[in-house]
Amino acid sequence: MKKILIVGATSAIATACARLWAVQGAKLFLVGRNSAKLECAAADLCVRGAVGAHSWQLDFGDVSSYREMTEQAVQTLGGLDIALIAHGTLPDQRACEQDPLLALRDFAINGTSVIGLLTVLANQLEQQGSGKIAVISSVAGERGRSSNYFYGSAKAAISVFCEGLRARLFRSGVSVTDIRPGFVATPMTEGLPLPSLLVAQPDAVARKIIAGIDRGVNVLYVPAFWSLAMMIIRNIPGFMFKRMNL
Amino acid sequence: MNKARLQSWGNYPPLPQSALNCYWRSELPEKLACASQKHGTVLPYGSGLSYGDSCLAASDHVLRIRPLDRYISADWETGGLVAEAGMSLGDILTLAIPQGWFLPVTPGTQHVTLGGAIANDVHGKNHHRRGTFGGHVRSFGLLRSDRGHLVCSQEVESDLYGATIGGLGLTGIITWAQIQLMPIRSSQIDCLTQRFGELDEFFELSAELDDQHEFCVSWIDCSKSERTTGRGIYIAGDFAPGGSLVYKRSHKFTFPFTPSTSLVNSLSLQLFNSIYWHQAPRVRSKSQIGYNQFFYPLDMISRWNLIYGRKGFRQYQCVIPEPEARNGIRAILDAVAKSGSGSFLSVLKRFGNVPSPGLLSFPRPGITLAIDVAQTDSLGTRLLPRLDDIVRGIGGRLYPAKDSHMSAADFQRSYPEWRRLEELRDPVLLSHFWKRVTQ
Repeated sequence: MKKILIVGATSAIATACARLWAVQGAKLFLVGRNSAKLECAAADLCVRGAVGAHSWQLDFGDVSSYREMTEQAVQTLGGLDIALIAHGTLPDQRACEQDPLLALRDFAINGTSVIGLLTVLANQLEQQGSGKIAVISSVAGERGRSSNYFYGSAKAAISVFCEGLRARLFRSGVSVTDIRPGFVATPMTEGLPLPSLLVAQPDAVARKIIAGIDRGVNVLYVPAFWSLAMMIIRNIPGFMFKRMNL
Repeated sequence: MNKARLQSWGNYPPLPQSALNCYWRSELPEKLACASQKHGTVLPYGSGLSYGDSCLAASDHVLRIRPLDRYISADWETGGLVAEAGMSLGDILTLAIPQGWFLPVTPGTQHVTLGGAIANDVHGKNHHRRGTFGGHVRSFGLLRSDRGHLVCSQEVESDLYGATIGGLGLTGIITWAQIQLMPIRSSQIDCLTQRFGELDEFFELSAELDDQHEFCVSWIDCSKSERTTGRGIYIAGDFAPGGSLVYKRSHKFTFPFTPSTSLVNSLSLQLFNSIYWHQAPRVRSKSQIGYNQFFYPLDMISRWNLIYGRKGFRQYQCVIPEPEARNGIRAILDAVAKSGSGSFLSVLKRFGNVPSPGLLSFPRPGITLAIDVAQTDSLGTRLLPRLDDIVRGIGGRLYPAKDSHMSAADFQRSYPEWRRLEELRDPVLLSHFWKRVTQ
């Protein structure tokens, strides 16, 4: 029985992962902002086969509460095998360009809160000498694009953070998987003019994610073709990239 | 707001709908209030598998409920299940089958939502034994713009309970439902098949065998007239008394594109139907097949509706009371065959007399016939009025979930309870269908 902590448990990708884990008979600790939604998710996962699904309401702005949450998760689950961090928002790029407070608030959700959570979780897993950390970043973190660099820069921060953390925890036998989804059909991307052929379904993405976490993959592109696409995009020279309308 | 424009399963009438996706029950009141204020009226939309315009909002703005797909509770000892209204019947089967339970009533596709199954009070191959889906719904949550969240059952809010079952999504938004599942010992079906040469033989087979089997249905070759009118294949089945309980995905292919014209024409129709009829056993024969093949053969091909091309298609499903059924069904089949329309999948079944709790439930004792017809410009002026004349003359009626042409007069005469539903309708919910047949 896997003991799994999911932060941002009501997000679409996290829900899809949690359902797959529930069918495997996992024990889940669900963390999110909205306790009513968490209760709905927990009930659903129990019917689907989870041995237990406990919910925990977290105010992401209250960094001092991260430690209590982690301790509670470890205590409730009776250990910790997997921690998946999946919360995030898609900032309104135009609005952020005009409002530094809004820009930093979104950065706090997508960037610094993840760093804070990982800092606490890393110590827990390092101490126990086992476990798997997985973080949902994004392909958007690989290049700064004019259309979404507030989102992209926060995701870039957590990707670099994960790379360093991975090197530190490697010796303790703890893996850190940086999950970089492309376009996924979720409430977050709803209404965006995305090319429909490139949009993946949360369920398909989740299957790849839980398999990747099990294998302890370092960086996981989902769907896999984004690995190739991002290799090309990473290698576009800066003088060209700034002229491209992306 | 979702950019994707939704249609009904028949892709006719061409009234593309804008959708507002609903992910959480707690957010529904606000979404309903916002959307109805903005657009006047709206309509809940499940999987969009109603064929005509009953799932299309009069304002062309729907609240898409499919994302509400969470379980609330399940008791595998008693087979009682509570789930959100957007959950598909197929989702339910993934968990229920391994536990030894099945849907008490299932339509020919497992992709319909729980809410849609209630709103259309769907029926299946065991109508003669277990009635409609609504008969197995103990209670459900209903969100109304004027009264908020309600719980409806035969005991509480019984008026709304009856009006919502078969109420075409007009009495409020169904948010969750509690249903009673049916126990099974195997996911395989013991199946009996026999082809018959013309319509009278169907009536003989049905009279002889329906009572002995849980599931009965007949496929009809609707391209034949006169001497061989109504030739077809009689299929009966029962869950095997023992064996394995395995959920299997039904989907195998996806229909890849939308042809500019229908691929179903009189030539392909006669060819397919003739081959299909001849491959069926002449004498009564038994076999064991999987539940997908028995209940959901068309779910194997995703988006099979695209075979009818851009113009789409319509389904004509009527029920004819028993004494008149022989002549009535024969007259309908002759008219369809002469028109050269019709489809690969035409279905004939005898309904039983199990009453439904639904106010506007379609099934009633008699024979039901369902025929798909490719949409053409002359369909609405020639074949359909001809069929309507026949059905009207013998006291039959049409199924709103399949309909896109019924006249207001025909509807109001054959569903006299409609005024009661209109009284109980949520004022901010309105479909193209309801507007067409009542206003």
